Amino acid sequence: MKFSMGNIQFYWDKESTSDFYQKVADSSVEHVYLGESVCSKRRELRLSDWLDMGRELSKKGKSVVLSSLALLEAKSELATLKKVCLNGELEVEANDFGAVEILSEAKVPFVAGAALNIYNQHDLKVLLDRGMTRWVAPVELSRDWLINLSKGCEDIGIKDKFETEVYGYGYLSLAYSARCFTARSEDRPKDQCNLCCIKYPEGRKIDSQEGLELFRMNGIQTMSGTIQNLINDLPSMEGLVDIVRISPHSLEAVEWVKKFRNALEDKSRISLDGFCNGYWHKIEGMKAIQ
Amino acid sequence: MELLSPAGSLPALKAAVDEGADAIYLGLKDDTNARHFAGLNFTNKTMTQGINYAHDRNRRVHVAVNTFAHPNRSQAWFDAVKKTHDMGADVLIASNIAVLEYAATHYPELELHLSVQAAATNVAAINFFKQFGVKRVVLPRVLSYQQVANLAQDSDIELEVFAFGSLCIMAEGRCYLSSYMTGESPNTVGACSPAKFVRWEETNQGLESRLNDVLIDRFSEGENAGYPTLCKGRFNVEGDITHALEEPTSLNTLSLLPQLNNIGISALKIEGRQRSPAYTRQVTKTWRAAIDAMKKSPGEFQVQDEWNKCLSALSEGSQTTLGAYERTWQ
Repeated sequence: MKFSMGNIQFYWDKESTSDFYQKVADSSVEHVYLGESVCSKRRELRLSDWLDMGRELSKKGKSVVLSSLALLEAKSELATLKKVCLNGELEVEANDFGAVEILSEAKVPFVAGAALNIYNQHDLKVLLDRGMTRWVAPVELSRDWLINLSKGCEDIGIKDKFETEVYGYGYLSLAYSARCFTARSEDRPKDQCNLCCIKYPEGRKIDSQEGLELFRMNGIQTMSGTIQNLINDLPSMEGLVDIVRISPHSLEAVEWVKKFRNALEDKSRISLDGFCNGYWHKIEGMKAIQ
Repeated sequence: MELLSPAGSLPALKAAVDEGADAIYLGLKDDTNARHFAGLNFTNKTMTQGINYAHDRNRRVHVAVNTFAHPNRSQAWFDAVKKTHDMGADVLIASNIAVLEYAATHYPELELHLSVQAAATNVAAINFFKQFGVKRVVLPRVLSYQQVANLAQDSDIELEVFAFGSLCIMAEGRCYLSSYMTGESPNTVGACSPAKFVRWEETNQGLESRLNDVLIDRFSEGENAGYPTLCKGRFNVEGDITHALEEPTSLNTLSLLPQLNNIGISALKIEGRQRSPAYTRQVTKTWRAAIDAMKKSPGEFQVQDEWNKCLSALSEGSQTTLGAYERTWQ
């Protein structure tokens, strides 16, 4: 089993982002995702910056993938998506079927991201035929679902033809909207948002009126209110999962690579207070099974 | 421009036909469609009756098989496609690649529409789904009017847009809020904020609505207490109790009607298969009148007060909005 560092879904300034990837470069993580998947207005780093960073990480032996935008609305966003997909250097994580179309038409192999609705072996077969090399499972899928899906893939002869990746640690992306919730929370219209997401490097909390942490707003994205942590579930991923993703919300994410790798080796378990892992266990995503 | 009305039952279908819907969309009584609610949808018998009723009056029937097939039960989705075809429905509405591919290879003559649940918002995504022979795309409610107009210009496919009804604030088919809170996903079980998880309770602090025990909203006396769809709850954002995601409100695009017609939109969809036959009747009647008035004299089209009054009364929270069509809403 290998580990990956997901792209930063929050809006960080350039310096914090560079610092973070310095640490990632020195970590033991095998796969690294870069780039902007949430909002096209976030331009602290341009495509050329991501590519530079990708080169540095490649030199350190990392396998690097460029993540692409999940929700495309404006024509300009589609133009940017084309540039990302046809960057000519890094493999791309497609987070919209528009990206799948662009990549497959150009005969460029790709990673099918978790924002694509891929739920069964037949979906995977179509994407495989179009050049998919790795599938990142939608965050709401359970272990049981993956077992059934693995059997299904065996039945149609595609079981070992791609890698499977799951979100192991981090806030989960739960939804994308036309509306920017962060701008709205500051009473700003979306087109005058002032890029206010940058003030909330871990998103903005949405709690119930009784104080239960429900969600985190991150621009147009709504994330889980608690961090999903599947560290105790690593043994149950055996034979189903090739890559476990750590999705960063702070520099601390790099430490979790170490913790996950140790847990994989010594089968140690931790207390899940303050974390959730419900999706993996086929229950409410927000719950935790110790 | 076609008027497409929702039917959660045979009486609703008949009401829609009687009031002038050009087509009616419906779902089977199982988890293959995105309005899988108890007491709703069509059996073999009612579907046959419904299709006959519509066809006798030269209207079309669209069948939504628009959830995502489970890996161990994909056959249920394929059977739903077969049923749609064999029973003589005119259109299959689907979102899942597996379902689209099955329909395209087994029933190439069956007209395919891409469900809103597929969340195709751009020309490249639309082109991806063209490989299955999709004839029409139902656009997600996340695009502004200008973005819809651009798509109409840049793509040669038929476009269908939502004209009226409850509003998903999130890109459809890409929202896991409900499964995060209840364990059941709209994408795979077919219902958002399912009724079986809903609880109402009178407390000292007011009437409380809960979804799977999570407090969604608390209403003081006299406040309009809406169904606890979780994205429309009142939550706490750093001390502010607010509709952090969306207010209970419905989409109403009456005022955009001439523009939607001008850019060549093929069909206007009314949301609400989960609503009563009376809802379907009134909404269909109002939109039929509006579309007819617009077609008669496009230059002089004006929204009648009585139309808006009727639609507001049928709306969530009695409020309506132009939704994402209007940039300010975003």
